[in-house]
Amino acid sequence: MSVTADKTVDCKGLSCPEPILHTKMAMNELSSGQVLEVLATDPGSVNDMDAWSKRTGNPMLDKIEKDGVFQFFLKKA
Amino acid sequence: MSEEKQKRIALIASKGTLDMAYPPLILATTGVAMDMDAGIFFTFYGLDIINKHKYSSLKVPPLANPAMPNPVPGVPVPNIVGALPGMTMVATAMMKSWMGKANVATIPKLIESCQKAGVRMIACQMTMDVMGTDKADLIDGIEVGGAATFLDFAADSDISLFI
Repeated sequence: MSVTADKTVDCKGLSCPEPILHTKMAMNELSSGQVLEVLATDPGSVNDMDAWSKRTGNPMLDKIEKDGVFQFFLKKA
Repeated sequence: MSEEKQKRIALIASKGTLDMAYPPLILATTGVAMDMDAGIFFTFYGLDIINKHKYSSLKVPPLANPAMPNPVPGVPVPNIVGALPGMTMVATAMMKSWMGKANVATIPKLIESCQKAGVRMIACQMTMDVMGTDKADLIDGIEVGGAATFLDFAADSDISLFI
């Protein structure tokens, strides 16, 4: 499955809570239906992104792990 | 989230050590990022977290903390060593070095995130008087209030923690 992102935010190397804060800020700049790609290396971000998606109602379209980098695709509600 | 009432998180920050300054700031900023309304009541030593002369130099106590990792893995350091002069600086430098390696945000950076995110930050007036802290010593955008101010905010909260 391939999802095209409208914007990418690079949180590689950042620790909690930075990936979530950057995700929120980046999402604020998107319009409904657009897709945000988040890159992170913090293993805690896997659960955190799911929790954020569920709580804020912005669906997680896909998540991929490759070479220690997590890639999340979130759709703006 | 849209039809639901906005969730609220109400925190009390009562400690002024580097390790204990993190949880309230991380939870409040993350709470706002999760569409919650967040507030922190700073009381007693917790006032140092919002004291502009002190917040960038909070320290780690080396005494009575058996969970403190050893500087050299596998070589235990007796806890009493923490009582020697200068050990607070050593423990603080160690913690800052670990945090730097893990790329953890600094306290001033998290405070800035709180301010940008609109976290409601209330300084406890009574303890400001006790500790000799003036409003001018605090960072910008801090409200000053008492127990009733916090309880009024916390009464409508979904999560409330004393840290």
